[in-house]
Amino acid sequence: MASTELNTIIKNGLWSNNPALVQVLGLCPLLAVTGTVVNALGLGLATTLVLLSSNIAVSLIRHFVADSVRLPAFVMIIASLVTCAELLMQAFTYELYEILGIFIPLIVTNCAILGRADAFACKNPVLPAATDGLMMGLGFTAVLLVLGALREVIGQGTLFTGMNLIFGDMALTWEIQVFTDYPNFLFAILPPGAFVGMGLIIALKNIIDQRIETNRAKEETQKTVGNKRVRVTGNVA
Amino acid sequence: MALLTLSSPHAKGPQRTSTMMRWVIAMTLPGLFMQTLFFGWGNLHNVLWCTLVAIACEAAVLKLRKRPIGFFLNDYSAVVTAVLLGIALPPFAPWWVSLVATSFAIIFAKHIYGGMGYNPFNPAMVGYALVLVSFPVAMTTNWATPLPLLEQPASLLDTLNIIWGQIPITDALTGATPLDTYKHEIAHSLSDTVLENPIFGAGFSLGWEWVNLAFLAGGLVLLALKVIPWQTPVGLLVGLAIPSLLLGSDADQTAPLVIHLLSGATMLAAFFIATDPVSSCTTTRGRLIYGFGIGLLTYIIRAYGSYPDAIAFSVLLMNFAAPLIDVYTQPRTYGYVDAKRGSKAKEKN
Repeated sequence: MASTELNTIIKNGLWSNNPALVQVLGLCPLLAVTGTVVNALGLGLATTLVLLSSNIAVSLIRHFVADSVRLPAFVMIIASLVTCAELLMQAFTYELYEILGIFIPLIVTNCAILGRADAFACKNPVLPAATDGLMMGLGFTAVLLVLGALREVIGQGTLFTGMNLIFGDMALTWEIQVFTDYPNFLFAILPPGAFVGMGLIIALKNIIDQRIETNRAKEETQKTVGNKRVRVTGNVA
Repeated sequence: MALLTLSSPHAKGPQRTSTMMRWVIAMTLPGLFMQTLFFGWGNLHNVLWCTLVAIACEAAVLKLRKRPIGFFLNDYSAVVTAVLLGIALPPFAPWWVSLVATSFAIIFAKHIYGGMGYNPFNPAMVGYALVLVSFPVAMTTNWATPLPLLEQPASLLDTLNIIWGQIPITDALTGATPLDTYKHEIAHSLSDTVLENPIFGAGFSLGWEWVNLAFLAGGLVLLALKVIPWQTPVGLLVGLAIPSLLLGSDADQTAPLVIHLLSGATMLAAFFIATDPVSSCTTTRGRLIYGFGIGLLTYIIRAYGSYPDAIAFSVLLMNFAAPLIDVYTQPRTYGYVDAKRGSKAKEKN
């Protein structure tokens, strides 16, 4: 497997085909649970785990499943993996599992997972499929984290509160009080705030992409000027 | 050589956006005066503070969007938004409530949708609804007690100190609004008992009735000057009055008509908020329906909802409906008659 291809897969997952920012898939959990960083991280990791393992599994069975029944097969795989993730969270991060509630089993309906299984994993060998799953998951988690941090700071004036739910007691001191004596800004905590925050993040990504595009265009035009002889005398007909 | 060519008609009307907006601002002044007279300096301060924030936000966003700053600031639309917010927010609302409401109104409700003339929702009401949902405590506990009921009204300096968080607010200075009081008291007592509360004054609501009458007077001047159409306010007041007469005729069950009309933000909404030319309907019949809808929704939320007043939510809900209402109320083109018989008539159905 050529490494350039893997690089493209990584870049696609994290940035140019990011499941949350570009494909805009899996919005339901994205908007519902990103009230705090810890919730976002919890759901992000669970989704990444499911995405990674479902891509590997789908890639492994791709030659043995008839095309006409592939979707039920994918859904079965994803559903069992989500159950695994759910049981794991129940075992190790029970409080977080209680907080995230219905959104853990709902990972199964996250279109990003079925989308990657159908669009990528069932057409590619295991290594690229695994990379794709991991990178898509990390890209999704990154967006969840940014949105979670944004909403936590604006909504409650804190950052990293309750991280001990994932990282154990050593994370008890991680909480940062960004503003003291902060009146809770309910709008940011409620789902409408998530829509606005999501819109702003997508807008920011578009701005960055535009900047990169204009810079590249500028460089190209400069190159062409240097390579050509410029006509300095006479009239152009 | 390029000549500027314009097709006829060349006649210019006297109405400009900035003239209209300045008239709107001028006609809120009687109401603002009454608010200051009956509820202290809070609203006046809020109007000035919101205006400052609105102009700063407008200029900043226009600069970011690379639009001519002076041209758009001169149309006074940002100031109108700020003035309406300053009037609508509770008099003792902390400074950051006004800041959040105004900046969200200008940046999100107005400029993200494309700026002046493109906003589908009334910016002032978006800002108001945002803070109403976000800061329920600050938005319900900071309404002022009418000054005639106070032995020692807050001085200008005290008001400023309270709003800017320097001194805590004393309980005597604030109280529930008449609409809020009536709604909660009527559940377990009779109308006569409820109205004994001094904030109802002579049977409706002390202070609020003058504020509302002042806004009514200002609104009538705007009507006379044709700055606002008559259909929206009439529709709104009728929409509020009809259900109030039909369903709320028993004063021991719900607030009577006079309190609905002369308390809360009714007149301000009818003449200054619902008539926003950008976010309301544009057709004549549409405006009647649009106003009626706001009045009806206001009554429903006031009588059955959990909020005491409902102007912001009703206006926003009808803003959603305005484009659809416009589609179905297009006027007949002059000289063209709808076919009643024949193939054309069938086509329509």
